[in-house]
Amino acid sequence: MSVLVDERTRLAVAGITGREGSFHTLNNRSYGTNVVGGVTPGKGGQDVEGIPVFDSWEQAMAAAQPNTAMIFVPPRFAADSILEAAAAGVELVIAITEGIPAHDELRVYNSLLRERAGGRSVRLIGPNCPGILSPGKANVGIIPASFFKEGNVGVVSRSGTLTYQIGNEIARAGFGCSTIVGIGGDPVPGSSFVDVLELFEEDDQTELVVLSGEIGGSAEEEAAEYIAGHMSKPVVAYIAGFTAPAGKQMGHAGAIVSGSTGTAAAKAQALEAKGVRVGRTPTETAEIAVEVLGGASVPAS
Amino acid sequence: MDLLEYQGKQLFARHGLRVSQGRAVANVEDAVTAAQEVGYPVVIKAQVLIGGRGKAGGVKLAADEGEAREHAGNILGMDIHGHTVRKLWVEHASDIATEYYASVLLDRSAKKPLIMFSVEGGVDIEEVAERTPEKLVRRHVDPLEGLSRQEAVEIASSGGADADVIDGVADALLALYEVWLQEDATLAEINPLIVTPAREVKALDAKVSLDDNALYRHPESQALSDSENEDPIERRAKEQGVQYVKLDGDIGILGNGAGLVMSTLDVVARAGGSPANFLDAGGGSDAEKIKQAVELILENDAVKAVLFNIFGGITRCDEVARGLIAAFAEIGVGGKSGAGGIPFVVRLDGTNDVEGRRLLAEAELPNVYPAQTMNEAAEKVVALAAGQRAGAAA
Repeated sequence: MSVLVDERTRLAVAGITGREGSFHTLNNRSYGTNVVGGVTPGKGGQDVEGIPVFDSWEQAMAAAQPNTAMIFVPPRFAADSILEAAAAGVELVIAITEGIPAHDELRVYNSLLRERAGGRSVRLIGPNCPGILSPGKANVGIIPASFFKEGNVGVVSRSGTLTYQIGNEIARAGFGCSTIVGIGGDPVPGSSFVDVLELFEEDDQTELVVLSGEIGGSAEEEAAEYIAGHMSKPVVAYIAGFTAPAGKQMGHAGAIVSGSTGTAAAKAQALEAKGVRVGRTPTETAEIAVEVLGGASVPAS
Repeated sequence: MDLLEYQGKQLFARHGLRVSQGRAVANVEDAVTAAQEVGYPVVIKAQVLIGGRGKAGGVKLAADEGEAREHAGNILGMDIHGHTVRKLWVEHASDIATEYYASVLLDRSAKKPLIMFSVEGGVDIEEVAERTPEKLVRRHVDPLEGLSRQEAVEIASSGGADADVIDGVADALLALYEVWLQEDATLAEINPLIVTPAREVKALDAKVSLDDNALYRHPESQALSDSENEDPIERRAKEQGVQYVKLDGDIGILGNGAGLVMSTLDVVARAGGSPANFLDAGGGSDAEKIKQAVELILENDAVKAVLFNIFGGITRCDEVARGLIAAFAEIGVGGKSGAGGIPFVVRLDGTNDVEGRRLLAEAELPNVYPAQTMNEAAEKVVALAAGQRAGAAA
């Protein structure tokens, strides 16, 4: 198995007719992901290289039964698109869009929370994330699949390129991944480290989890508590931003040290206090993961 | 975006919070005129985006024109923890009976707005939270419902506000929540929220942070960005759509992806170096964007050496190489800030990395050193920067 996306994924894409949206959708399809449709208001009836386009999520659902949505629309339309996909019955929404206002993210998060309390099964990954890749099964988003192969390492990260860096070093040591989940760099992500750790803990393919965090918020501290209380599988962590000055947003909207909270040092300390090994560089993190897995099992390529 | 006190107070007033009448000024003569307009006694306050103004001497009471002139002259140009005072806020001095604290912020952990209220105002609220947590009321609000008057009254009374101002405090909390909501703020804080002897509830200070991602729906706030207080390179980067943060060191950094760049800063620091900037060229940068990014990095005169750390996903390493080659061709070699005078260490990995490395090798750029790994790149650039420093000292 793997988590969140696999052979059963039926993907529809909001913003499929845009330049970025169509490029990455077609990439995902070439990888083997089952893409069943796209949504662009006003462009219903058209197609993108054979993928049917619908005017709304409701119509897409009626005609193509997607179970996964990818959101590629501009920031000012993204919140409504996420909620519309969820209302149509899509269970997993993956929002790639960067730059969504934090208040919109709050509205989306709390609306979906209410849906779940009402018994609906719906999950949001992102926004401002690279998506999800289950090597050999499905790719939803912009993660370059060629750097990863199938294996037993689960990866969950707030950053895209940093994930590729660490994942690639693990791959060079001969190990593959069950699923790589980018939860995104925004202040109010739809899913947290804890949500994804929970999935990896239950997944029989995953034997070790690499968690890649960064400054800002307290998601890493909450993950440390969860790992101590609920995880039987080893977790290896990396935290970026030890040298980041307080009060400065470092690229990601959520990557900011506010006063004395959200520092990399506090996060690493919280994780280490719960027995999680934290690499000080991406390379060291990959080395620790490889060591825990029992050394390079396949000659590095 | 963090707002200066007077900008925050303008937003407060717009949403019905009571503030003192005042003027923002940039020179002594205007300060004196403003003081006459609002009426003595006045308070003259340094407008800087950093706490601890009062202790640093940046807030003074003036009873007459002589004092106003003297204080305004002293405070303008003052350095407060690295921030130069370029603006003053002159307001009519308030009589204070009691000082409270109130704020609304985005609680990232609970993923809800959090209202905080305390009767221990005018002091560092983090200290109150630590020493006497029972004196700080914290209440989450359901963002889909908003803050009700009933909740606001409950917060004021359970926080211990004087009985005769519970309504006034509740009004202030409701208005502050409106500021937070309507202005797309991530923080709206009043410290102190004062009660006057006439039992008026009033905001004596304002600390507001707005969400940059929401500025498109607030054109009037976009104009508030205080360009004088912004670093000029950071301002240019923003105009170009590049994520750039100026730092104190002398090693210029360029990478793709915020996480990878943060990590690069850390790895350089561990190797003994000191980064001069954070620069995320973003995903899918083409040669032109890379060239512009190099220009931004070199605008900082402190830069002694530059590190390119690219792990290509959407970004193609051959485009990065082309951008660097173009930068060398157009900026000129050997000039004062010319790219040629400053060593570059370049690590290209990922999409089209072989082609990118080949292009760089063929271009035979002077002073460009390839590196295989991130750690090797960091060590090389730290050594080169040290060599440049030694050369400059000799």
